[in-house]
Amino acid sequence: MCLIVNGREVAVPEDPRVSLLDLLRERLDLTGTKKGCNQGACGACTVLVEGERIVSCLALAVQYDGRCITTIEGLAGNGELHPLQQAFIDHDGFQCGYCTPGQICSAVAMVGEVRRGVPSHVTSDLAAERVALDRDEVRERMSGNLCRCGAYNGIVDAIFDAFGDSPEEEAR
Amino acid sequence: MTPFQYAGASDAADAVRRAEATGARYLGGGTNLVDLMRETIERPAALVDVTGFSREVIEQENSGLRIGAATRNTALAEHPLVRTRYPVLTRAIVAGATAQIRNMATVGGNLLQRTRCTYFYDDDGSRCNKRSPGQGCDALDGFNRGHAILGASKACVAVNPSDMCVALAALDAIIHLESPGGARRLPLTDLHRLPGERPDIETVLAPGELITAIELPALPISMRSGYRKVRDRASYAFALVSVAAALHIEDGHIEDVRLALGGVSHKPWRAWRAEEALRGQPASEAMFRRAADAELSEARPLKDNGFKIELARRTIVAILAQLAGEKR
Ligand SMILES: Cc1cc2nc3c(=O)[nH]c(=O)nc-3n(C[C@H](O)[C@H](O)[C@H](O)COP(=O)(O)OP(=O)(O)OC[C@H]3O[C@@H](n4cnc5c(N)ncnc54)[C@H](O)[C@@H]3O)c2cc1C
Ligand code: FES
Ligand code: FES
Repeated sequence: MCLIVNGREVAVPEDPRVSLLDLLRERLDLTGTKKGCNQGACGACTVLVEGERIVSCLALAVQYDGRCITTIEGLAGNGELHPLQQAFIDHDGFQCGYCTPGQICSAVAMVGEVRRGVPSHVTSDLAAERVALDRDEVRERMSGNLCRCGAYNGIVDAIFDAFGDSPEEEAR
Repeated sequence: MTPFQYAGASDAADAVRRAEATGARYLGGGTNLVDLMRETIERPAALVDVTGFSREVIEQENSGLRIGAATRNTALAEHPLVRTRYPVLTRAIVAGATAQIRNMATVGGNLLQRTRCTYFYDDDGSRCNKRSPGQGCDALDGFNRGHAILGASKACVAVNPSDMCVALAALDAIIHLESPGGARRLPLTDLHRLPGERPDIETVLAPGELITAIELPALPISMRSGYRKVRDRASYAFALVSVAAALHIEDGHIEDVRLALGGVSHKPWRAWRAEEALRGQPASEAMFRRAADAELSEARPLKDNGFKIELARRTIVAILAQLAGEKR
């Protein structure tokens, strides 16, 4: 029984009560992923499971046996920031930074969803195979990531800078 | 969280067998159950994970759909046949929760998610008949702005929070169940109970009964369907009132209609009376208003939620007018 975290094999905890979030933070010392509400409501704990975003606080680690998890620590490669990480710096996409790892993981997966044509609440034509990534779409699709500092404008700018013109392009 | 045993299951029969042996609860995405277990409102001794099977959306020979209970909410919402044939269902799902939660949540778990009544969640400080039967209901005279206007009782005024269920109620969905006693099917509109004296019993399911699938009948009327959700924020909030509707108009007259309300009752509320009032009538706003009035004639406001009656009326009229105006 093991899961793969940022490419590394990790044993599934014996106690099924351990959340994926607590496994990451308390046992693997991957403290980039944050605990805000621990109730699925704030998005600070967002990580990627095979590229899909989830909230790790409501995920029992044992349910993710055999799955590949990517956290904020796994996004940067070879000492280089992920383009979205750089864009957050360039556009002041944060103030205290607590929500930022969740915002970034969430946005990376969000672009994948847009590329796949997943509709959102503000998508007007459900039959359309392509979704245009405008600001309303970004705001709606990122509404599961709260920012207590209210850095939303910078966050949206950063997402646009990194992905806006070419949401069809590989997110990474 | 109280300690519990965890086990996976290879198929429905295996899950039912394991649940029967251990008295386990089924675990979908965990987005509701894990939260309630952490609050110790739910204390199952064992969980059987049912996310490993029944995850497909399959087109039936009669061109309806069979949706496996472990299908994730996102997968259902984005399915091409759902988007084009049952747009109300896609609209309802993407109006609920967040992308992260929809990626985790299963269809089976969504059907059985529990109320968000704050008194239900407040184990230490509040009385709740749903949590502790016979204790009393602090919502009845408390802060009840989000609570029920239809079908409530003195024992409980909580509402069912699901958006998806409102669409399914309108779509004549059938729930497929499996238990040690065998398999059975049930209209979704019969799945959830009104609170009555026993608000702790929320559905007609027997203990250990497993939801295996949801069946959507072929329903041409649903091609022209939609969902309106009114909430306190533009995104990411539970419904104050929501309406799922499908409308078929022929020569200015309503040939057929489906209507269901969310955020107003202990169960997803199929608006049978309004439908009855609309069939065969001219498709006009005056008629839509009359039908809404018929449905809401038995609505009873609480201290803080009287606005919901007018809001429901307007939302019904608005979605029907929108659908009536849509080109095909
Ligand atoms: C912050 C937040 C916001 C939300 N906002 C909304 C919203 O706006 N609208 C909305 O509709 N919902 C909302 N939700 C609720 C969400 O939709 C539900 O939590 C989700 O659908 C539950 O699915 P799950 O698979 O995670 O269920 P679980 O938590 O795994 O299970 C829920 C219940 O279903 C039972 N169960 C699961 N699968 C089966 C099965 N196959 N057979 C029998 N029993 C089964 C479990 O035993 C449990 O009792 C929100 C949730 C959160 C945390
Ligand atoms: S900590 Fe997981 S959503 Fe807030
Ligand atoms: S930067 Fe402080 S919470 Fe978002």
